Amino acid sequence: MQVVVLVKQVADTAARIKLADGKQDIDRQSASLIVNPYDEMAIEEALRIKEKHGATVWAVTLGEAKAEEALRTALAMGVDEAARVSAPASDALTVARALAQAVREISADIVIAGRSAADDEQGQVGTLVATLLDWPHVTEVTKLEISGSEGVAEREVEGGVEILDFSLPVVVTTQEGLNTPRYASLPGIMKAKRKEIRQIALGEDVVGQPVLAVRSLELPPPRGQGRILTDLDPAQAAKEIVRILHEEAKLI
Amino acid sequence: MDFTLAEEDRMVQETVRDFAERELGPGAAARDRDGTFDLDVYRKMAELGLLGLPIAEEWGGAGGTYLQYAIAVEEISRVCASTGLSYAAHVSLGLGSLSLLGSDVQKGTYLAPGARGQYLVAFGLTEAGAGSDAGGTRTRAAKVEGGWLLSGSKAFITNAKSAGVSVITAVTDPGKGARGITAFLVPKDTEGFYPSTSYDKMGMRASETAEIELRDAYVPDEAMLGGRGEGFRGFLEVLDGGRISIGALGVGIAQAALEASLAYAQTREQFGQKIGQFEAIQFKLADMAMEVEMARLLVHKAAWLKDQHQPFGQVAAMAKLFASEAAMRAATQAIQIHGGNGYIREYPVERYLRDAKLLEIGEGTSEIQRLVIARGLGLGR
Ligand SMILES: Cc1cc2nc3c(=O)[nH]c(=O)nc-3n(C[C@H](O)[C@H](O)[C@H](O)COP(=O)(O)OP(=O)(O)OC[C@H]3O[C@@H](n4cnc5c(N)ncnc54)[C@H](O)[C@@H]3O)c2cc1C
Repeated sequence: MQVVVLVKQVADTAARIKLADGKQDIDRQSASLIVNPYDEMAIEEALRIKEKHGATVWAVTLGEAKAEEALRTALAMGVDEAARVSAPASDALTVARALAQAVREISADIVIAGRSAADDEQGQVGTLVATLLDWPHVTEVTKLEISGSEGVAEREVEGGVEILDFSLPVVVTTQEGLNTPRYASLPGIMKAKRKEIRQIALGEDVVGQPVLAVRSLELPPPRGQGRILTDLDPAQAAKEIVRILHEEAKLI
Repeated sequence: MDFTLAEEDRMVQETVRDFAERELGPGAAARDRDGTFDLDVYRKMAELGLLGLPIAEEWGGAGGTYLQYAIAVEEISRVCASTGLSYAAHVSLGLGSLSLLGSDVQKGTYLAPGARGQYLVAFGLTEAGAGSDAGGTRTRAAKVEGGWLLSGSKAFITNAKSAGVSVITAVTDPGKGARGITAFLVPKDTEGFYPSTSYDKMGMRASETAEIELRDAYVPDEAMLGGRGEGFRGFLEVLDGGRISIGALGVGIAQAALEASLAYAQTREQFGQKIGQFEAIQFKLADMAMEVEMARLLVHKAAWLKDQHQPFGQVAAMAKLFASEAAMRAATQAIQIHGGNGYIREYPVERYLRDAKLLEIGEGTSEIQRLVIARGLGLGR
């Protein structure tokens, strides 16, 4: 069984970011970059499938050479193989076309992706890959069980849990609650360094033309100073907070 | 010259930082308060592969570099210096002497399980009467049929009670001075090997430190680590490596003191402004930042020299000396910047000071480091 995890390198959500010249991307040179947290869950889930059923787990990313850092992290966590796709892809559709092609080349049985990337939060790639492959897919799973060529996934819906059966091949995307990703192990880090990363170069003939372009990005306005109310008893404080929310912030 | 860390060095740094903040941070204050040595902490570190980080893969280690190990000690100590101390004693003293002096059989029997983290390893050199003057060792090893009987006592031994095996120095050839001292491997369950209860310490309270009583403890001939009479020379080399990790501990504490002080200076207000606006506070923080940087550079250089198999003893002594004194200054200033709060246990900075003080004493006091450095200059004996 081949399990492919789609991994994206994103700016650390805990760190401050700058915009690149032209404001169409963040400045990736100065940013501290991490594996997208939902993709870490995808890696963890793939490793659990491997530990239970035996499988070869692939981490696949699309990006510049720097994105190989994300693959090394995946390898250090225990992934068996890694591939970097380079392609003239920019929007979700072209990225998905490139990744779908990589999935075909690896002959995957299961593809696991994060529900969305912490940077652009579009949440399209997993679904688009499934659509392009014409595979069943389950989004935002909180529980996943594979047995033979079938599987069961759970997802949270308004007021309950939805339980879905599917047959392989399948694409699933991860949601909080699915698992807690393991740490990369230190022996894993050393081994990851020696591992060769497969290069998959794709051209415009595969990825086609983008249908979306980023015109410009803006950083959110800096958060204003917090205010601390002092010398009020709880009842007065509550009254004052309501007054501020109503009259000053105009939120209620 | 290139000061940038390699990609895998940064991965080690990020992984250990993340691990330390999530797994060691939350309990650090309570462990310090109660003086709890929590073996669970080391089990988690073993899972990560930390306990054998710089040991070769063939002996159960992660096959990392000494630089990566120094980075790991810094990151752990930034969050919990007590854990950093027990970790450093296990790796650089315990495993360090096994990898330097051990035969292949000894490595297979003790180094590999230690590196995999199946148990901690202790290193027993100091005695009540032999501290800075480790050549004054009194513990005796008497030759008997097939082995040796060890008798005497060791003082201030880190991990002594929990360790699966302890490296113990003893006099095999009285009258030969330092050349009469030999090292032995003493497994935990050896009859006649009695670690005492842990000391009640000023700092490093979550690190285990105990005395060891040896009452005719029998070990076989194969337990001799390194050659007969080579225990002292071997330990000097092991201690050189250990000093790098004490330096890294200092960098970790100083870094933590800097971060806590910076955060406090940016929130605490007096005279209608953040105290970080006062030049007097800014200068303290600037000095702290500079010293952290200097200490880290020295530690990294010493580790790098060791990784390159170049002489590193002199730089290691400087790194240990400077970093431990920098940690003391940083912790003292951190308390000052925190004012009254700095003196209160609710804030972490008073712990930094108590922990930092050990660094000027353990693995060779500051005075001894100055002696080592001066000798390197061709002064003294
Ligand atoms: C928490 C803790 C953990 C420890 N862990 C270990 C361990 O795992 N294994 C181990 O073997 N030991 C360990 N030690 C022991 C430690 O290494 C010794 O305490 C240290 O070497 C100092 O020895 P001493 O305490 O006998 O002090 P002394 O040697 O008595 O020193 C007293 C003072 O005299 C000064 N002094 C001594 N000689 C000279 C000189 N020639 N010139 C100038 N000044 C001098 C010293 O610098 C010091 O200021 C530990 C100690 C502590 C507190």
